[in-house]
Formats: sequence, structure tokens, C-alpha cells
Amino acid sequence: MNGLLLLIPVALLLGLSGLGAFLWSLRSGQFDDLDGASMRILIEDDEII
Amino acid sequence: MTYLGPDQDWTKGSVETRFAVPEMHCAGCIAKIERLLPEQPGISAARVNFSGKTVTVTHAGDMAEPDIIRAFDAIGFEAQSLLSTASVERGIALRRLIRALGIAGFAAMNVMLLAVSVWSGAESSARSLFNWISALIAVPAVAYAGRPFFDSALRALRARTTNMDVPISLAVLLAVGLSLYETVAGGQHVWFDGALMLLTFLLAGRVLDEMMRGRAASGAEALVRRTAPGAMRLDAHGGSQWVASDALRVGDRLLIAAGERLAADGIIETGASRFDLSLLTGESAPVAAAPGDIATAGTLNLDAPVTLRVTAVGEARTIAEIARLMESASQSRSRFVRLADRASHLYVPAVHLLALLSFTGWMIAGAGWHQSLIVALAVLIITCPCALGLAVPVAQVVACGAMMRAGLLVKDGSALERLAQADEAVLDKTGTLTLGRPAPHGIEAIPPDRRAIVRGLAMASRHPLAVALRQALGSADVGPAPLTDIVERPGVGVEARFAGQAVAMRRPRADELGADPDDRAAVALDLGTGAPIVIRFADALRPDARQALDELVALGLPARIMSGDRDEAVAAISATLGIAGQGDMRPADKMALLEAEIAAGRHPLMVGDGLNDGPALAAAHVSMAPASASDVGQQAADIVFLGDSLLGLPRAVRAARATMRVVRQNFVLAIGYNICAVPLAMIGMVTPLVAALAMSTSSIIVIANSLRLRGAAR
Repeated sequence: MNGLLLLIPVALLLGLSGLGAFLWSLRSGQFDDLDGASMRILIEDDEII
Repeated sequence: MTYLGPDQDWTKGSVETRFAVPEMHCAGCIAKIERLLPEQPGISAARVNFSGKTVTVTHAGDMAEPDIIRAFDAIGFEAQSLLSTASVERGIALRRLIRALGIAGFAAMNVMLLAVSVWSGAESSARSLFNWISALIAVPAVAYAGRPFFDSALRALRARTTNMDVPISLAVLLAVGLSLYETVAGGQHVWFDGALMLLTFLLAGRVLDEMMRGRAASGAEALVRRTAPGAMRLDAHGGSQWVASDALRVGDRLLIAAGERLAADGIIETGASRFDLSLLTGESAPVAAAPGDIATAGTLNLDAPVTLRVTAVGEARTIAEIARLMESASQSRSRFVRLADRASHLYVPAVHLLALLSFTGWMIAGAGWHQSLIVALAVLIITCPCALGLAVPVAQVVACGAMMRAGLLVKDGSALERLAQADEAVLDKTGTLTLGRPAPHGIEAIPPDRRAIVRGLAMASRHPLAVALRQALGSADVGPAPLTDIVERPGVGVEARFAGQAVAMRRPRADELGADPDDRAAVALDLGTGAPIVIRFADALRPDARQALDELVALGLPARIMSGDRDEAVAAISATLGIAGQGDMRPADKMALLEAEIAAGRHPLMVGDGLNDGPALAAAHVSMAPASASDVGQQAADIVFLGDSLLGLPRAVRAARATMRVVRQNFVLAIGYNICAVPLAMIGMVTPLVAALAMSTSSIIVIANSLRLRGAAR
């Protein structure tokens, strides 16, 4: 029972931090351009065009 | 430290404007736009949104839209100005739904973990603790994530109707209320997990529905062009200035360059030219106009610059008349009831009746009100349209994704339902069956070593014929020759020197056109050697037109032509394709014909592109337009197809029918599960554990069945 009293808040806190990360990524526009994000990784910064 | 006065602009006049750039395909395009565009004068930053195919440009406040579009042109991209802010609002609605889904999902997972330990035998004090924690998580989560359903149900009840959201809200609120009572009283079964899982599945359906609508609409919006965003206005001192079309006034004098579309109706004051009316009437041959003649907005000036005195702007233009016709036409389509709504009209009263029956049944049988209420709640939760709510949106999202990859942009889900019902096809001629742009005939006559010169000449002009010539040569991969002393003379052509020789691309003289006079447009090419080469231009049939029509017939959609062009021109095309055709039809005639067909119980599919097709596209049961269509055509159509091939038509019909097949299977699966589970619930055999298992299994089966549509548009 004592273990539970410790583990349940830990589990809830971890879950809440995941939810917080999701809401933050939503607010900072990371879901706005899903196709573009997968393309941008291919851009080389010092590429000469 | 100095402070700026209130009248000073601290942004230094920089403004953000969004543009549609449909031709972005790869990472290279993103890099090119974001790196090269800020190097253009007046532009400080550019940010690409690849999903929406848009670019947000930060630029100096005094830059007009055409300047920025020219800057795009300079780095090799075609940009179009965007009209609406509707997509921004749509994005906000979607984000709110995703946030609700995230919260419902988080709460459902945690409550489910606690519920599992209760089911696996947690005893008195531990069970009570778990139930209390569940209540603490579930009550705020339901209050937040359930709002979309509660709002919609409340609206329906106020209007004295019911919708799917009424039983959903009832079940969720009843489940939470009863579970709270059980928690306080230390009872055995709580339903928090059921209520939250219900919300999660239903929100997933809503998010998918909204996402599909937003994505397809932004894809179509990216293609929407304004017919003419503005014009060069001449002032009293002979100067000229670019003015947006809604700032034009009656009496303004406009300078219309060759290759420019008219933004307003007017009378020609000076200059003579030919005008392409195909967008407005479907007429393929250009019409000559001289001083004193009337020219209407939306037509394209082909040959020479003219000055125009504006006689009508805005709502008074000829175009606006077509817009009014369209408004009256689209009313008939709003009567169409979607399959999901038809299903819910039958489903909702049945569910309520069943729940009420079980409650009264158990009361009569002598059970207490508490137990009767729990049985009624079990019936409501079991019948809650979880799988039904997913049945339509998941299938449509998967199908629309497949169609989008195949170049078919579907505007909304009901378009697929209507397309699956179509039983005849009516096609416009100019721009739909044909490409709607001049294609040169006889470029083989140009010697291969001289083609570079032609390309150089064609690149010096923006005349439609020069553009067509350039595009035809482009496929042969010829670089332009270095020309000097390039002069474009309006109405005559382009002259230049190549290695000391005079070369020209010009209007042919009467004696050069040869013995057979025809009304096709033509240019003559002087290439320094030999006689001038005359190239004729004609509107060509789209590739695969024949095959596409054959496939439509095989699908049970006999096709015919309905055009505003002259009867002879229509007869020639319909003889080539072997289908019936009718010419000389005004926009109102087309609309009347389609309305008569619908009144006779048929479901016509209209395919058209022009402004003149707008009312017909809106009146038809379902409509499609090519991406080259006018903005009116694209807005009125349900589905826009990319590329030159017409094979998208049969492909779309097949995909729509496959989608509706899967949707019907989904309904059978979802309702079949209800038929099995409801009797169990009514005799009180359904515990929260059984409900959770049944609900997730049926939803997963429906999703898996819908995923079969991934290859539907092949």
C-alpha cells in the first residue's frame, strides 16, 4: 500500500508531463506543416545552388 | 533609450502576406524559396508551409502583390495571391479538437490503468482509492473534452431536433454522474473509463473529419486564383499605377497589356486587339475588338495593348451575373443529406427507446431505481455510436488521402457519396475535353539547330502564343540561344539579332498564310536562313480523353458534351470522340438542362472549367474541374483534378464507389456488434469491463476495414 502511494503520483506526474509536452508542441506550431518537416531534414545548410 | 511616437510604425512597415505556390515538390524547392526569395529587393523573409503549399512572405509595406509575384517569378516559381482567411479559422478549430483529443486520450489511458487493477481484484480500501483518483482525473477531462459534443447537443435540443451528439452527451453525463455516486457510496462498478474511451474514439473521428476537410480545402485553395487581381490605371498626367481590382472606379482609364486579363467591364478607347472569351463563353476562336467595342471582365487580351474606359466594376460586372446564377443553383445541393446523418435519424430514437424500455422493464420487474438506471446506462454506453462515428470519417480520410496522391483533390466527404451515385457525365468542351490553351502545330518544321533561337525569341515575350511555343520546345529540352538587341513590338512580335543576323517571331503577313485560310492563330518565324516558317496554334484534345470516356461508359456513366462554343466546333469534337454534343449554350441553359436531369431522377456528374460553367457545376449532383480551371470553376467544383490527363475522372468514380462500399461494410459491422451486445446489456450482463472490450474491438475492426482503401485511387 505504501508503494502505491508513491507510485501512483509518479505515474500521474509522468503522464501529465507527456500531456504537457504534447500541448506545448501543438501550441508552438509543430503540427502545422507535417509534410514540410519531413522534407526540411534533407536541406543542407551550406549547399550551393 | 528613445521611444517611438505613437504615429511611428515600429515594424518599419514590414507586412506578411501569404501566397500559394502549387509547384513545390521537394526539399530543394523549400530551400530555394527560403534562401533566394529574401535576396530579392524589398523582401526580408519567406517561410514555406509545405502541407498547405503556401509561402508566408515578410516584405516592405509599400510592395504590391504583383511585385512579390514577380520576385517569385525571378527565382523560377509561379505564385498566386491567396484570397481568404478561412483556412486560418479552420486551423484553429482543428487545433482545439486535437487538444481535446490529447486530453481525453491521456485521461482515458490513466483511468483505464486504474480500472484494470479494480477489475483484477483490488479490495475495499484500495478500490475506493482508485475510484477516487479516477474521478479526480475523469471529471475535469470530461468537462473539457466533451464540450464539442455538449455544445452541439444543446444546439440541437434548442432547435427541438436530435442528432448523434444527444445520446453521446446523455451517455457520458449519465456515466460520470452515476460513477460519482458509486464512488461516494463505495459501490462496485464505476464507468469513468467507458465514458472517457467513448470521448477519445469519437474525438478521433471528429479530428479526422476536420483534418480531411481542412487539407483538401487548403489544397484547392492553393490553386484558387483571382481572375484578375488588379490593373494598371492611367492618371491624368500620363503616368500609370497598379490598382487592386476592388479599388477600380467607373470612368477609370486602364492600360491592358497583351496577355493580361481584364479586371473590369469597359469600352476600348484606343488600340485594337483580339480577345479570348473562352473563360466567359466557351468560344474557342478569339474575337477582334476595336475602339468603341465593349470588353468584359475575365477575358484575355491576346495581341496588342489597349486602353479601356471602365463602365462597370464589382457586382455590376458581367461576371457577377454568373455569380448570382451560381448562388441560386447551389441551394438544390444543400438538400442532399449525408449517409451518416440519415443513419443517425433512425439510430438516435431507437437508442433512446431501448434505454427507456430496459429502465422501465427492470423497474416493473422489481429492481431498485439504482439498478435499473445502471442497466439503462449500460445500454446507452454499448449503443453509443463509437464505431458508427468512425465508420464514415476514417473511410473517407483514407480514400481522400489515396486520391490526393493520385492528383484528385476532394473538397469534402459528401462529394464522395454523391460521386458514387453519379449515373451520367456531362462535359464542357473548351478547357475540359481540350487543354484550353493553344498548342503549336508543325514545330517539326523548325530545323533542330535553329530551335535555340526560337526559344530565345519566345522567352522574350509574355504573349500567350509565345508562352505556348516556349512550353512546346521546353519538352524537347533546348536551351535558349544568346540573342542581342531584343525588341518586343506590341501587336507585331519580337525582333532580335543572333550572330549578326536579324531574326524575328512575328505576326504573319497575309501572303504567308498560304492557300487555305483558317481562323487559327499563327506566328511566322524568321530564322536568318530560308523562308519564314509559319506555326499554327490550335486547342488540342486532352491526352487519354477517348480512353477516359470509354472507361466512364464502362462504369455506367454515358458522357455527352455541353458547350458554349459554336455548334460546328462542338460537332467536330463530338465526331472525333463518338459522343453526343450540344453547342451554343449560355450558362443559364446549361444550368436549366442539369436541373431538368435532376428533376427526372438522374444524378449527373458535371465536368467543366470556365466561368460560364460555374452555375452548371453548382447545379449538378456532383462536379469536377481541372486544376487549370478559373477560380469560379474550382470553387464550384467538388473535386479538382491535377494534370492534363482526363483519366482522373473514371479513377475518381471508382475510388468513390469503393469508399461507399467500405462505409456500408463499416455500418454493417458496427450495427451487427450492437445487435449482439444490446440484448446482453438489457438483461444486465454488461459490466464496465465488457463494455470497454466491446467498444475498442468494434472500433479497431472498423478502422482496419477502412485502411483497405489506401490503394483505392490506383
